[in-house]
Amino acid sequence: MALDEIYKETILDHYKNPRNKRELPGAELSCSRNNPLCGDEITVFVHEEDGKVAGVTFLGQGCSISQSSASMMTEAVTGKSVQDTERLIGEFRGMMAGDAEPDEDEFGELVALKGVVKYPIRVKCAVLAWDVLQEALSGGDGKAAGTAAH
Amino acid sequence: MSVTKERAEGALDVARIRADFPILSRMVGDKPMVFLDSAATSQKPRQVIEAEREFYERHNANVHRGIYMLSEEATELYEGAREKLARFIGASDPATIVYTRGTTESINLVAHAWGRKFLTEGDEILLSDLEHHSNIVPWQLCVRDTGAVLRYIPLTDDGLLDLSDLGTLLNERTKIVSVSGMSNSLGTLPPIRQLADAAHAVGAVICVDGAQLVPHVPVDVTALDCDFLSISGHKMLGPTASGGLYARRELLEAMDPFMGGGHMIEEVHHDHSTWNEVPYKFEAGTMNIAQEVGLGAAVDYLEALGMDAVRAHEEEITGYAIDRMLEAGATIFGPKDVSVRGGAVSFWYKEVHPHDLATILNEEGVAVRAGHHCNQLVMRRFGVPATTRASFYVYNTNDEVDALIAALGKAEEVFGF
Repeated sequence: MALDEIYKETILDHYKNPRNKRELPGAELSCSRNNPLCGDEITVFVHEEDGKVAGVTFLGQGCSISQSSASMMTEAVTGKSVQDTERLIGEFRGMMAGDAEPDEDEFGELVALKGVVKYPIRVKCAVLAWDVLQEALSGGDGKAAGTAAH
Repeated sequence: MSVTKERAEGALDVARIRADFPILSRMVGDKPMVFLDSAATSQKPRQVIEAEREFYERHNANVHRGIYMLSEEATELYEGAREKLARFIGASDPATIVYTRGTTESINLVAHAWGRKFLTEGDEILLSDLEHHSNIVPWQLCVRDTGAVLRYIPLTDDGLLDLSDLGTLLNERTKIVSVSGMSNSLGTLPPIRQLADAAHAVGAVICVDGAQLVPHVPVDVTALDCDFLSISGHKMLGPTASGGLYARRELLEAMDPFMGGGHMIEEVHHDHSTWNEVPYKFEAGTMNIAQEVGLGAAVDYLEALGMDAVRAHEEEITGYAIDRMLEAGATIFGPKDVSVRGGAVSFWYKEVHPHDLATILNEEGVAVRAGHHCNQLVMRRFGVPATTRASFYVYNTNDEVDALIAALGKAEEVFGF
């Protein structure tokens, strides 16, 4: 049933028990955004070391899709090189745009979010944290808060 | 509760009304669609759809232009709809109705054509924290150009206007009070006549945002003593982009035009022009002719039901919904007393985020709105980023309220709170 696809156990688990939901002391990169349509807010903190995403955390509030996506994202990219992280961001966006099948091995739990593709208006919720991470990696300093485009 | 239910279905013959709305027979998957988002836009009865179709099939021509049969017929239908709309809100002179594409355009018209002409530095505009963004932003743009100042009437914890400090907020510097006739998120019905009297006592005018008021409550501009009233056609069974602005004639005469173009002029010279008479001075270019004709049919439809019966039906269904939602454990924002509120009910269901809730309700066939409803001041006042909103109209039944309650149970199942 469709509902099960969007509200998979994985999503609810990350929503109710978010991973890495805290500030990251010593993070040199951070960025905030909100989605004015629904009031979702995400701040992502990144500690970069030797070209790697050594640590990534988030703070925020919003619906189960935006918050679980942020939680899963922090687990998926920690330890990856910045280059691989950016590639994953692109692949995640591709999956959410419905034009790329995810590599299940690489995506792991993130595959749970695939069901959201059927709900176009909710895709923005799923992608929000990834947009913020991308902006943080490209030097966004959080001053762009409140400028989510849609 | 069953007593309430029977009474609710007594004010209007809802089964017969529903048969006039083809869209209400749609299914969502294998479930009957339950449309609870009329505060965003209402559905349209066959009679309105027919009127618009017939206009295009038999009478389509530009109005006030051609000296031939079709144009005369089109003009008659277009002006006939204006007369109906005027009568519907108790205005004796049809020329006091300016056609617009809805309340947003109407309020922008006032802020532009009245505000920029009559407001100067130090003047005050009094709004309230209840306002839709369309009754805030046009005034923010206006104060940028005029140097006037915005003031806001705060809200009580029940979502009513807190008028305890009205004596200070409304003073000799106040030139206009612009307030909602009915809140689109909380349902609150502000005391318009009281505000009109208070505004007039200090020499100010009052502009009422009638987007939610006019479709749901009998309105008489003379009894309300309002100077401006904006009307949304698509929220009162009419086509999208139909609607209007009522204004006292002397205000319309004194105001500058809003947009320049064809038909709003009397004479055009190289360096200046003179204006057409009211209301045409404000109707530049080809208007939404077929839509306004459709709105005329919507007015006929509502008048046949009787606006007193419409209001009675909505009081009953709203009361029933509020009782059942509270019983189910929902938190309702805004007044609970149906005598001071309309049928837009904003709520939180336990800890389920409104966007998650709306998605789950949709799976059960129930269409509600989730978000800030263009009411960010209200959301901030109540400390929530968004709410879920169910809103009712002439075609909704208590069975549909029951479907909403059952769907809330489904949300609880999914989220396990």
